[in-house]
Amino acid sequence: MIESLPLPIDAAWLLAVVQTLLFVFVAPLLSGWIKRIKCHMQNRAAPSVFQPYRDLAKLLRKHTVLAENASWLFRFTPYLVFAATILAAAVVPLIALQLPTAQIADVIVLVGFLALARFFLALAGLDIGTAFGGMGASREMMIGALAEPVLMMTAFTVSMSAATTNLSEAMGYTLSSGLVLRPSFLFAALGLMLVAVAETGRVPVDNPATHLELTMVHEAMILEYTGRHLALIEWASKIKLMVYLVLIANLFLPWGIATELTLAELGKGTVAIAGKLILLGMALVVWETVMAKMRIFRVPPYLGFAFLLSLLGMLTHVVLETGG
Amino acid sequence: MDLLKLGLYEQAILMFAAVVLFTSFAMLAQARIVPLIHIFAWQGALLAITAALVAYVTNHPHLYFSAALTLVLKALLIPWLLHRLTVRLNIHRDIEVLRFPSLIMLGGAVLVVFSYSVALPIAHLASGTTRNTIAISQAVVLLGMLLMITRKKAIAQVIGFMSIENGLFFAAVSATYGMPMVVELGIAFDVLVAAVLFGVFFFQMRDSIDSFDVDRLNRLREVDEPPLPDVTEKET
Repeated sequence: MIESLPLPIDAAWLLAVVQTLLFVFVAPLLSGWIKRIKCHMQNRAAPSVFQPYRDLAKLLRKHTVLAENASWLFRFTPYLVFAATILAAAVVPLIALQLPTAQIADVIVLVGFLALARFFLALAGLDIGTAFGGMGASREMMIGALAEPVLMMTAFTVSMSAATTNLSEAMGYTLSSGLVLRPSFLFAALGLMLVAVAETGRVPVDNPATHLELTMVHEAMILEYTGRHLALIEWASKIKLMVYLVLIANLFLPWGIATELTLAELGKGTVAIAGKLILLGMALVVWETVMAKMRIFRVPPYLGFAFLLSLLGMLTHVVLETGG
Repeated sequence: MDLLKLGLYEQAILMFAAVVLFTSFAMLAQARIVPLIHIFAWQGALLAITAALVAYVTNHPHLYFSAALTLVLKALLIPWLLHRLTVRLNIHRDIEVLRFPSLIMLGGAVLVVFSYSVALPIAHLASGTTRNTIAISQAVVLLGMLLMITRKKAIAQVIGFMSIENGLFFAAVSATYGMPMVVELGIAFDVLVAAVLFGVFFFQMRDSIDSFDVDRLNRLREVDEPPLPDVTEKET
């Protein structure tokens, strides 16, 4: 039986590439799913779940229009953002653990890739010299500066239990220790959810569906982008959303993920992550529907609360789980 | 004590203890009166669940009684009394301005670390699964005090006071599996009477100084003297 044999190392690399491609090509479907149930939830006529693919295809076909004073940075940023986000996606185990891409990088590298993309996006927003670009960039950097510590603290809380910052090994540790009720994981998961909402520009912090001037953050930065540049940035933000949702799903509830590289395990992993993402998407929709968009000055207390949650996760790990 | 060596129910005790601690932080962050009362009620309910779980795990049946008492008093009766008071005083839509909310939160985190370092020697002496929660119960007491210190409105201070009592009850449950029944009953009725008395006190306060800001109680004035001009101006 070939199916039960562990695959050779080259096949593992192949699988890592396939998994990353899966990230890239399923991300629009996920955001289409989220948009569809959000429409149902708010009693609106819903577009097809494949609508994001059509939007991206339309944008990719269109010509790009560049401002006269746009520098190389402005043209270079979409490609860099897209590449950095794909590399970040490669670090996160989606359907299988112990893939080579997940083993050569840890969670700090993941945060680094996302920070790199954010940095260049903010620079591109400033580069064009419009008021909206600068405003969006400054807001984005404020949110980023507050959100990244929370992300790091959450990762450290998990890595204190698992004694590693490697995502694949941390998930493997959670899997192997079975059902353990960890207060630290509860707080870390809540903190990560709050920060994921802020980082991916979802409703209480930013609204991805609006172009209302005063409230937009992400959209203000990319207002000058057109055509394939805009397509790449939009696609990257969809991938980023999926990276965060997969991170939440697999870090705290890793059950179902493939631990061996056999076809049966991989199939099980695919079904498990699909189910988890569908449920998480629905949770996100409920959250976005019940929450009202916050004023920008309410965001620091919100992220401060997320920081407190991750800090509590670390404290309860020390106080309750190790017991001195 | 390593978490992995504990059973599922013991892990659940620690989980609920952590959530009780979280409700204390949520109370610190909550500026509205009615949600504050609701969080206080949730803290009481979680405390009752924790006490019942401790009773089940350690086989101390008298703790079931304490848990039931906590549930009835702290989660239902006192919050209901406080809620009725806020509606009758017409302050149930008030929002208190919190100064330095992030700083208060970080101060709370420092208090948790402090209570951990204080409780560490006690936890080493104690045995049993609940010894790790001694630090949490102390932190709940200290966070209740922090709530009283940072708030100006009398009703928030009363909730802080009740939360301190929650922490004491939790400490008793986690350190010595509950107090003697006479003491527990005495404290429970003290708290209930306190809640009623605070209600009377609120009405007195409103009638005499026309505000719930306790800082205003510092100012002395004669009974027949007309109110100070700045007092009437500052009151909104």
